[in-house]
Amino acid sequence: MKLSKNFVKDYIDIDIDIKTLAEDMTRVGNEYDSAERLINATKLVVGEVLECENHPDSDHLHICKVDVGNEILNIVCGAPNVRKGLKVIVALDGAELPGNIKIKKGKIRGQESNGMLCSMAELGLESKFLNKEDKEGIHELPKETPVGEDPIKFLNMDDEVADFELTANRGDLLSVLGMAYELGAIYDKPVKEVDLSHNEQGEDLNKIFKLEINTDNCKLFLAKKVEGVKIEESPTFIKNRLIASGIRPINNVVDISNYVMLELGQPLHFYDADKLNGILEVRMAKEGEKLTTLDNIQRTLTTNDIVISDGKQPIGLAGVMGGLDTEVTEKTKNVIIESAIFDNVKVRLTSNKILRSEASNRFEKGLDPNRTYMAVERAAKLLEEYADGKVVTGTVIYDKTDVKPKTIEITFNNITDVLGMKIPNEAILNVFKRLGFTYEEQDNKIYVTVPTRRLDISIKEDLIEEVGRIYGLDNIEGKLPTVPMKKGSIDLTIREIRNKMISLGLNETLSYILVRKDEAGKFTTDSFEKVNLLDPITEERSTLRYSVLPSLLKIYEYNKARNEKDVAIFEIGKGFYKKEDYGEDTKLAVLMSGKYYLGIDNKKDVDFYVLKGIAEEILDYLGYYGRYSFIQPKAIPQEMHPWQTAEISVNNDIIGIVGKLHPSVEKEAVYVLEINLDRLLAKKTGKMKFKEISKYPTIKKDLAILIDKTIISDEIAKLIKRVGGPLLNSIEIFDVYEGKNIPRGKRSIAYSLSFGKQDRTLTDEEVNSVMEKIIEKLQSSLGVQLRK
Amino acid sequence: MKERLETIREQVKQKISEIKDLQALNDLKVKVLGKKGELTEILRGMKDLSPEERPIVGSLVNKVRDDIEAVLEKAELSLKQKELERKLEEEKIDVTLPSSKIIRGSKHPINRTIEQIQDLFVSMGYDVVDGPELETDEYCFERLNLPKGHPARDMQDSFYITTEYLLRTQTSAVQARTMLANTEKTPIRMICTGKTYRREDDATHSHQFNQVEGLVIDKKERNVSLADLKGTLEVFVKEMLGDNLSLRFRPSFFPFTEPSYEVDVTCFKCGGKGCNLCKQTGWIEILGAGIVHPNVLKMNGYDPEQYGGFAFGTGIDRLAMFKYGITDMRYLYTNDVRFLKQFDRMD
Repeated sequence: MKLSKNFVKDYIDIDIDIKTLAEDMTRVGNEYDSAERLINATKLVVGEVLECENHPDSDHLHICKVDVGNEILNIVCGAPNVRKGLKVIVALDGAELPGNIKIKKGKIRGQESNGMLCSMAELGLESKFLNKEDKEGIHELPKETPVGEDPIKFLNMDDEVADFELTANRGDLLSVLGMAYELGAIYDKPVKEVDLSHNEQGEDLNKIFKLEINTDNCKLFLAKKVEGVKIEESPTFIKNRLIASGIRPINNVVDISNYVMLELGQPLHFYDADKLNGILEVRMAKEGEKLTTLDNIQRTLTTNDIVISDGKQPIGLAGVMGGLDTEVTEKTKNVIIESAIFDNVKVRLTSNKILRSEASNRFEKGLDPNRTYMAVERAAKLLEEYADGKVVTGTVIYDKTDVKPKTIEITFNNITDVLGMKIPNEAILNVFKRLGFTYEEQDNKIYVTVPTRRLDISIKEDLIEEVGRIYGLDNIEGKLPTVPMKKGSIDLTIREIRNKMISLGLNETLSYILVRKDEAGKFTTDSFEKVNLLDPITEERSTLRYSVLPSLLKIYEYNKARNEKDVAIFEIGKGFYKKEDYGEDTKLAVLMSGKYYLGIDNKKDVDFYVLKGIAEEILDYLGYYGRYSFIQPKAIPQEMHPWQTAEISVNNDIIGIVGKLHPSVEKEAVYVLEINLDRLLAKKTGKMKFKEISKYPTIKKDLAILIDKTIISDEIAKLIKRVGGPLLNSIEIFDVYEGKNIPRGKRSIAYSLSFGKQDRTLTDEEVNSVMEKIIEKLQSSLGVQLRK
Repeated sequence: MKERLETIREQVKQKISEIKDLQALNDLKVKVLGKKGELTEILRGMKDLSPEERPIVGSLVNKVRDDIEAVLEKAELSLKQKELERKLEEEKIDVTLPSSKIIRGSKHPINRTIEQIQDLFVSMGYDVVDGPELETDEYCFERLNLPKGHPARDMQDSFYITTEYLLRTQTSAVQARTMLANTEKTPIRMICTGKTYRREDDATHSHQFNQVEGLVIDKKERNVSLADLKGTLEVFVKEMLGDNLSLRFRPSFFPFTEPSYEVDVTCFKCGGKGCNLCKQTGWIEILGAGIVHPNVLKMNGYDPEQYGGFAFGTGIDRLAMFKYGITDMRYLYTNDVRFLKQFDRMD
């Protein structure tokens, strides 16, 4: 909301610079974007062009002699409309113009130039406010403008503007009058009455004009007629106040509707009365009904749009935009003023489809019915005064509102308890007085009556806020709540996992969960429904990811393109799906490629087993030692290498996947791992517990075998463990070899087996006998050959 | 005889001073004390002496032998020491050569900031709770006093999945869940940190960002007031941004609190004098906070006549940027490893 200081001074006596005013407003909760003079320029003066000749070295520049009152200046000017006798705005040497432009004496193509002749654009006016000559050249002042004067004063543009960013609850501040009340509370000054006085004549409008309201979405509708208006340019003060408020002046009648909206906050619509049939109807649109709005676009309406009709056709979209057919034109003589309240939610939905306007914004935030009544009278008064209109007697009224000033009961303690500070009772009452609220004190209670303009105030908490706001909170002493002592609780599992991954040398990323639709189905063979946004900003971010890996792959590609090929990253984040219902799982995803330092000074190329090692490290660390296995998947996601991918199973439940990316996805060797942490952590783990250390030595035996490559390591290990029985404490592979000296289709695996018993030393015979059984079984079941 | 013994002793002493290594020392030992050594020869000749002379010469020989052995032993020790020193010197290395690398990963600055916030509030007895990111309209808005069609919903343009489901626009959604879950109506002190989403994307707004939300609810008689809120936020701000900062409460509007405030902190760059960071105001807006709205209490099972409290929330991304001097928000989500690897040490 842009507030013109000149405008608000109609209603409150203030003499304060706009920056201070804006800061004071901020302190009570109304932030501002900017606060400056309407024309933010210095050293401007009215000049008269005495001579104007073409520049000898240019096809468009002119050399002018300009009388600025106390001297005659030589100024080079490029505007096509500069000519002898023209009254112009001159920026003198040293002038500062908007956009950090400084005017200095100098030479332009060899000719002395001691200033600049200005257009309104150069003085900071937005292009929508410029007329043709200002767009193409310099501003032309009227002939009678006195040379040497301040042109801004003469143009009546000596105004200051603050642009406030208001909170959603303060619809009342979307009016100059509302701003005046707010400033009145801040500065403790009275607010002046709005002048509604006008004459009325002729037969009562109620006898010749009808309202038919056929929807609950219109609670208040007022119509008034003004006849014989003369359409012309608005008076300067109206035009300039509209410009200062960001609205383009059009003609006196249209401008008055906007002026009253700015002044009182009530949007108005003016119809050309001669194009109506003596009736206005408000109803919901029929599905598919058509209306051409005044921007000359044909709109197709739905049953959620409130329309105004002439009894047959829709002629306007309530609260949003009028129709083309009944709008006020140059030829309009008689005007019907509409001042109404439409349902804020409906207006919001329609305006979101069509156009967010100054009017719709005000409807959405809610309106005070008293202003609706004031506005129709105020518009009639201004049409009488500035458009020669004759106001027809009477107002046609449809009113189903029952808004009355609210009375709220509160105590002094209610207020000071919440604010946590001592405030004298008189100071509290003074705040209510300054806000224009009335009150009665009775038995320690205050009954505060709030005027209807403050729709945002309905409970005592609202009053507490008002006291805090206006009284000021700078004196609150901070303290900590006095509450019973207790330990705060936090689940640190995710943090432990994060720290573990970091200790393994991985870098933590944080990526967007929104991905392309096709990405959301990648890296999984699970069946689920993708979760799509109803209204995405871009296709790139239209669907919620299921796996975190598409995000990591993108990060890999970004870094690869920047020549970072040793990538070791991880992320703990959510994946989303719809099965019976919507759901989300926390996932740990890892991506690695290039070189990886294993322990100290041991740099190797990342391969499947590095990732598998990381998976085991995490599972062991979380307490799942001995409960997991890596198995050949039945189905493999398209993005994964079909022969270098494993599913991770914990207690026979698949909780993750590890493997190499398919070369069609990424040419470089890239390996990934993903674990569904919610699924994993749902499996309980035992407490960490001390196990007695055996006092007896263990016996180690090595075993090297030659075996078919088709037989997987897990199968061999299971067999060895089964046959080894309780004496076999651990089994480790220390070498795997295939190639030279090994027959095709075979490989050699070397194991180190460790035997021991808690309560005694094993004998060699015992161990050898177990070893023999193992070898025998390996030979008979798996066709293993021993290597010596 | 006596002279001969003296000569041997003197010769040994003299030779030892010339000996440079253990081998030569051993040779000398053999030459004097060995089976065919000079001293052994003399001992062997003892049998030719008269019984009177024998004990005299015997003790003399023994004395000389002891002397020689002591001298030899001393020399051996000294040589061994020298040899060790030489050996060690041979093992001399260039300590300025590069070390063996031990791999070290890194923690994202946002998660570092989140952990710091969690630890602070846990130390003040708050519970850290969590909630879904894919939320229902009911928890994200309706139970927080934002009915459908409420104009304040505009403040947080949302990513809807259906008319009922959306990506949460605020961690406040967890407020309602916590209150409803607390059927015993015991006092609540909780924070929730996590990802939030809004339908906007530009140089200063990421559509995905992180928030922390705090909620304190207690019996009315304990009177949790704005002063308690201020004190709590002072602790928070000092932990995150440094000491000697003051807070300013600016009235504002949030549907879930009444009164509502935006909280400014003294600009930590210029100390309040005014600079480009604080746009010359001396203040930086850092938090939204307020007293829990009675409707929110009511809608989530608490009687506003009996219970009251405060709530606050703030963006974590900006705090992380301030904390580490990160100049552009986009760094946080680009995941350039050259960025990530900078966050590889203790805070």
